[in-house]
Amino acid sequence: MTVAVHPSQTGEPVFYLADEHPHPEGWSTSLGFWIYLMSDCLIFAILFATYGVLGGNYAAGPAPKDLFDLNLVAVNTSMLLLSSITYGFAMLTMQQNKVAQTQIWLAITGLFGAAFIGIELFEFAHMIHEGATPQRSAFLSAFFTLVGTHGLHVSCGLIWLVTLMVQVGKFGLIEANRRRLMCLSMFWHFLDVVWIGVFTFVYLLGVLR
Amino acid sequence: MSPDLLKLIFGRLGLESLPLHEPIVVGTFVVVALGGAALLGGLTYFRLWGYLWREWFTTVDHKRIGIMYMILGIVMLLRGFADALMMRGQQMLAFGGSEGYLNAHHYDQVFTAHGVIMIFFVAMPLVTGLMNYVVPLQIGARDVSFPFLNNFSFWMTVGGAVLVMASLFIGEFARTGWLAYPPLSNIGYSPDVGVDYYIWALQVAGVGTTLSGINLICTIVKLRCPGMTMMKMPVFTWTSLCTNVLIVASFPVLTVVLALLSLDRYVGTNFFTNDFGGSPMMYVNLIWIWGHPEVYILVLPAFGIFSEVTSTFSGKRLFGYTSMVYATVVITILSYLVWLHHFFTMGSGASVNSFFGITTMIISIPTGAKMFNWLFTMYRGRIRYELPMMWTIAFMLTFVIGGMTGVLLAVPPADFVLHNSLFLIAHFHNVIIGGVVFGAFAGINYWFPKAFGFKLDPFWGKMSFWFWVTGFYLAFMPLYVLGLMGVTRRLRVFEDLSLQIWFVIAAIGAVFVFIGILSMLMQFAVSLLKREQLKDVTGDPWDARTLEWATSSPPPDYNFAFTPVVHDNDAWWDMKRRGYQRPLTGFRPIHMPSSTGTGIILAGLATAMGFGLIWYMWWLAALSFIAMLAVGIGHTFNYHRDFDIPADDIIRTEDARTKLLAGAK
Repeated sequence: MTVAVHPSQTGEPVFYLADEHPHPEGWSTSLGFWIYLMSDCLIFAILFATYGVLGGNYAAGPAPKDLFDLNLVAVNTSMLLLSSITYGFAMLTMQQNKVAQTQIWLAITGLFGAAFIGIELFEFAHMIHEGATPQRSAFLSAFFTLVGTHGLHVSCGLIWLVTLMVQVGKFGLIEANRRRLMCLSMFWHFLDVVWIGVFTFVYLLGVLR
Repeated sequence: MSPDLLKLIFGRLGLESLPLHEPIVVGTFVVVALGGAALLGGLTYFRLWGYLWREWFTTVDHKRIGIMYMILGIVMLLRGFADALMMRGQQMLAFGGSEGYLNAHHYDQVFTAHGVIMIFFVAMPLVTGLMNYVVPLQIGARDVSFPFLNNFSFWMTVGGAVLVMASLFIGEFARTGWLAYPPLSNIGYSPDVGVDYYIWALQVAGVGTTLSGINLICTIVKLRCPGMTMMKMPVFTWTSLCTNVLIVASFPVLTVVLALLSLDRYVGTNFFTNDFGGSPMMYVNLIWIWGHPEVYILVLPAFGIFSEVTSTFSGKRLFGYTSMVYATVVITILSYLVWLHHFFTMGSGASVNSFFGITTMIISIPTGAKMFNWLFTMYRGRIRYELPMMWTIAFMLTFVIGGMTGVLLAVPPADFVLHNSLFLIAHFHNVIIGGVVFGAFAGINYWFPKAFGFKLDPFWGKMSFWFWVTGFYLAFMPLYVLGLMGVTRRLRVFEDLSLQIWFVIAAIGAVFVFIGILSMLMQFAVSLLKREQLKDVTGDPWDARTLEWATSSPPPDYNFAFTPVVHDNDAWWDMKRRGYQRPLTGFRPIHMPSSTGTGIILAGLATAMGFGLIWYMWWLAALSFIAMLAVGIGHTFNYHRDFDIPADDIIRTEDARTKLLAGAK
């Protein structure tokens, strides 16, 4: 904390704040949320590590080359990246205090997010239909868990997004809601970054392998 | 009712799940049920439920939550220690053809439950409780950064404990050892509910631990009072900071590894299976990446307690504060680089083993530096041998032995001989009891007068001390001997009669420790009865040095009427030395967080969900999950979570203290 501590004018040391202002609401929130994100990041780190160790164990089952459709993944990736951009627009309009525009951008973000989840579910269903189930090999177990955990995070983000839209609609862009939107923004971009990792290490390298 | 419907409602749970064929468990159940009924009846009779709900269960006050953590830890200590006594009894008796009194099915649960309970539900709550209570006071804050989260974290820990306790009477607990290694813990070899109890108890409690870690880091970083720079923080606050960093950086690993194990068990994936490309060793690596830092999560706060106690009772500033801080930070980092020493025998090869052997040995350097710092603090100090100081001395002697046997185990060739032997068991009990448990007891005796306004009774405290310390040595020194002779851990029966005498000595030691625990309970009871004689009105009974002693005992809800301003490491000592006058006027309203029942409700639902998942009652799991979402989201619609304590209330509280202080002089 950067409160200057000077001896009082009489030279006596000051041992307490006579005129104290409480910390503003949400004083610790962004730090706390960052630390939470880093702990979540660790969850993904371990899942990546597991995929790294077990990802080559096909157990005579299908390999990434047989399964991944890069075109579909490219479309999916673009959905998520676009949703990050639109979330950015939502934050910009929030700064300008425009409730309606913020809501519209949030809704668009939500649609992109839902599209991402939809495509991912389609991909999963397709793979399972072909017999590439999570039970088939350690590679597939690790694949479904890593990608599925990311998808689960995006789904949670969607629930959160809808909740915040209701709250913004009800109470406006008050300080608390701005803080919450900021937290969700960090969460959303964080998931984007994780997806870049998934896209590169799982899909691109998988097809190369 | 049709069997299908029964299965839909109760899942795997049936009458045969109740351990009616185990007389020991039935007896325990009767005692627990009678005790529980008496407790609940008493609470109802004296109409205490409303009080408990308003003042304790829903509180967001870090002090009360800290006390509840301590109570949880002590209650669970009784359960974990009962398991220990049973094991010592079994191993003492089961010689020369005798099967002892515990069958294998029961014995395997006992040693698993002992380890899980002692680490997760005794050591963790005791350490977290002390941090929760003391850290905000030491840094001159009014509460933690996220008071609601703090309440929620506590109840999640309770939820985990409830699941473990439920396994005693409904179904069974894991029979895998405390880390549940696959393939044994996988569905093929452990098809029963035991491992599922293990998984969900730790998952529920683990959420609480992670969140409380985040909470305390934020508290220490963001809520320090003016003037308290990082290098002016009390050492206990420093070690708490490092511990919570370790929590946040290691518990997610446990979460993932348990989640993967549950996928293997519930969905049939192949992470840790023997076939289809799974790798059981992956589990062992991952769980120790959490498990080794966990050891330091427990012991670092204990180091902090010893630092505070040593400097207070030697009447001196702590020797080498800066080196103490750096040693703590170095241990924090190194604790991530040693996990493989838990399984040198896995066969990673000489170079990998050497790397981890050397990093392990390096950890003893900062730890040794700490030991010398405490010794130099005592050197030429005016030492008062009060109870906290006695525990500290016992720690210093005991922990050095445990540390040295640890360095022996760090040598991979030696470890190939000693791996999973009783030598290892002796070693880690040596450091965990000698470090963490003695530390918690030093902390309890040291801060009890702060929390309750009267000291703990010294006679029963000393009884407890001497029985614990001698009991510890009697119980574990024989295990070193047995380990060197090659006896491995978790054995239920023995052939070689020459070993028996050592197990008898160990059992006698366990009885000594038992008397030590009873003496401690007696100490609480006697102190409560004699509280007028043991009363302290000054708020500073030990002539201590850090900020928590600047306020009254027990501290008011708001901790400090005015936020303190700090100029020195030993802030309160500095204030006393420079003639600080307690302010008597000018009080203003203080902004504080309000109580909420959301934490306990959410944790209750999480526990119900865990129970549903354990027994395959899918409807219960699903309903609880949906309810959790609804309650959690509902909670976010409450924007008014704070209130102001009016200035009049503060004037009343502070005037009462002024009168007390005047009476004491």
